[in-house]
Amino acid sequence: MNQPKIIVVGGGLAGLMATIRVAEAGVPVDLFSIVPVKRSHSVCAQGGINAAKNTKGEGDSTGQHFDDTVYGGDFLANQAPVKRMCEAAPGIIDLLDRMGVMFNRTPEGNLDYRRFGGTLFHRTAFAGATTGQQLLYALDEQVRRYEAEGKVKKYEGWTFLSAVLDDSGVSRGICAMDLKTMEVKTFPADATIFCTGGNGAIFYRSTNSVVCTGMAQSALFQQGVDYANGEFIQVHPTAIPGEDKLRLMSESARGEGGRVWVPKSATDARAPNSIPANERFYFLEEWYPKYGNLVPRDVATRAIHKVVFELKLGISGQQAVYLDVTHIPRDVLDRKLEGILEIYEKFLGVDPHVEPMKVFPAMHYTMGGIWVDTENQATNVPGIYAAGECEYQYHGANRLGANSLVSCIYGGMIAGPAAVKYGRSLEKGASSVPSSVFEREQKRQQGINESLVNQQGDENPITIWKEMGEWMTEHVTVTRKNEGIARTDAKLQELLERYKKMNLSDRTKWSNQTLSFARELYNMLILARVITLGALARNESRGAHYKPDFPERNDAEWLKTTRAKWVNGQINLTYDPVDTSLIPPRTRKY
Amino acid sequence: MAENKKVIVKVKRQQTPGEKPHWEEFDLAWRPYMNVIIALRDIAERPVTRDGKTTTPITYDSNCLEEICGSCAMVINGRARMACSALIDQLDQPIRIEPMTKFPVVRDLAVDRSVMFENLKRVKAWIPIDGTYDMGEGPKIAPEIQEKAYPLSKCITCGICLEVCPQVNHNSDFVGAAIVSQVRLFNMHPTGAMHARERLEAVSGKGGVQDCGNAQNCVHACPKSIPLTESLAQVNREAIRNSLVGWLFG
Repeated sequence: MNQPKIIVVGGGLAGLMATIRVAEAGVPVDLFSIVPVKRSHSVCAQGGINAAKNTKGEGDSTGQHFDDTVYGGDFLANQAPVKRMCEAAPGIIDLLDRMGVMFNRTPEGNLDYRRFGGTLFHRTAFAGATTGQQLLYALDEQVRRYEAEGKVKKYEGWTFLSAVLDDSGVSRGICAMDLKTMEVKTFPADATIFCTGGNGAIFYRSTNSVVCTGMAQSALFQQGVDYANGEFIQVHPTAIPGEDKLRLMSESARGEGGRVWVPKSATDARAPNSIPANERFYFLEEWYPKYGNLVPRDVATRAIHKVVFELKLGISGQQAVYLDVTHIPRDVLDRKLEGILEIYEKFLGVDPHVEPMKVFPAMHYTMGGIWVDTENQATNVPGIYAAGECEYQYHGANRLGANSLVSCIYGGMIAGPAAVKYGRSLEKGASSVPSSVFEREQKRQQGINESLVNQQGDENPITIWKEMGEWMTEHVTVTRKNEGIARTDAKLQELLERYKKMNLSDRTKWSNQTLSFARELYNMLILARVITLGALARNESRGAHYKPDFPERNDAEWLKTTRAKWVNGQINLTYDPVDTSLIPPRTRKY
Repeated sequence: MAENKKVIVKVKRQQTPGEKPHWEEFDLAWRPYMNVIIALRDIAERPVTRDGKTTTPITYDSNCLEEICGSCAMVINGRARMACSALIDQLDQPIRIEPMTKFPVVRDLAVDRSVMFENLKRVKAWIPIDGTYDMGEGPKIAPEIQEKAYPLSKCITCGICLEVCPQVNHNSDFVGAAIVSQVRLFNMHPTGAMHARERLEAVSGKGGVQDCGNAQNCVHACPKSIPLTESLAQVNREAIRNSLVGWLFG
């Protein structure tokens, strides 16, 4: 039996969970991350984590969680893995509880649960409004413990450049760059697990962190790893305006009773608190009486766009609606929502306890991602696994709030042991692969860096990034029209040409962030095309993908997974059937 | 017109760890919602100083941009704080931006804070669970305890409490308030408390909690308003009691 060596790329919830599971199996693991893992983007998740523990006597069940998730995702997810995730969720909460996560408690000392979008049950465990931070820290601490025991070696401050593939197309390790010394190096591994998160940076401004560029996914795609359902991008209904980032205002604000409204009259210039209740338009409650403010995110986002762009009822003509928690008692806000209200006050200088917040939708989550099989989180390239937001499998066409944390942890739990099993099954491990295989990949990557540093021109990487983001946000988010999508793809190809005329303005060989960003930018442009072409082809409306010219879901033609392949430097779209064997598709109507 | 307003930014720069730092000054166009991160990004888009000299973009750490990842701590107008929440409109100009001084500079504003993560290892800042297989629920915890512990668990390891602490300097190994506060957090948890002695021992002696000089700068500077002085006082008491018990009965 081969004693395997495993690499995990990405140290958010999925990566840390995978690392823990591999270390627990007694297998050495190298963990690569651009930032110290404790600073990964999972830290930004706010509202909570779903598990049908049914602690409120509401008759909730894992079956109900499964149904809500599949229905919320508009039946695009393969059902068997979603069912297994929902069944595992209560055990995941128990595990996090044992790891010391400071979840909010009931008077009896049990975990408290709140409501979230797309469900009628109190199913979301939470730690204030910084649940992602608390979960990330718990897993980070367990990994640190393994690190102290010598079972995990961390490579923090390294960025992944490419997989090392042998002559038969099997992954034998990775090529990565030290962001301090700019050294490009290869690392052998029998299996590599990618947990590299979302791709919000493709839209320039989003709720995502700076590192969420989709670089690794795109690099893998260009090496033959298929990418699925790229066109499904979640736009969160409530984010705070910003120049560098659209900071999330968690769904938990509505879960705890927050209400969304605009003045009934477009010309109403009064301060929000002096507008009487009967002159306010609570459009979500009016249009969706059953779920009210807790309709799923795609539904709420489209409603806000309708209010602002069609009905022209945005606050004072701006792209903004009110999210109002001022009626909720202060002690409840302090106990359950403090973290997010603090963010609003810090960045906008307005106290949301006393004045309604101004919010607007923002790109938030990547439902699509690396294609993986339904059993092992394995990609189509042997030796490459994926878990967390970077893969496509659990959320279909729209993710329900508080399902991301559970899918990340669950995916990591599956990927870790699967990679170990695969590594052990190999007759010849990565150590038996000729060094020339590693050297040629290292040379290829060094060559890309050298040509970037040496190329001449007057284009700037930040400018290209902003242009890509503006086009993607305008044409490939909430409302999609084929004409605009097609023009966006032409624009992306133009930007790829202009990329060749980029002047790096920093040619030094130490901690050169311009060079590493340029590497990311190229991969973002390619992944942007995958998203755009997937959206162009899919002539229907499903979950987050909405085309006014094709307003209905079309199961006859489009109940299928988009599977993009890289063939001779071109993006080819193929389609796979969706497993709907457990819950027959029905009309989605909230 | 407000749109024509200028923003003047001075950045302390050095290209390599050994290099002598120098200042560069930039003239930027004001925009709504502008923060220090946007100022740095604008410089990267047009890396030209105020006197027309072409330079390199500024190296700095950042990630979440909402004050929860802990990356972008730096010294802005003399005060250690997070760059993402440093709003240009609230800062006196010229805005002076420098790297933190208690950590080795990597380049420009980026510093190496790995010592903090190493110290988290030293104090065993974790709950030693038996394994990740399903063993049922964790211990019940009173809401009152959760409400005390949760603020401590919001520490973002930014390093600002070390930056402002007079006891953290070249002549001392003081681990700093953040690490001591983590000892308190883990010792509060029912399972963590089973190993409280180990943590107290790790934070006693050279560089430990007794090195705190009670300047109380940490608690005022902490961007997450963590009650750090409370943690320092309590862990200090417990560490003393622990060593006395060890001395009497050990």
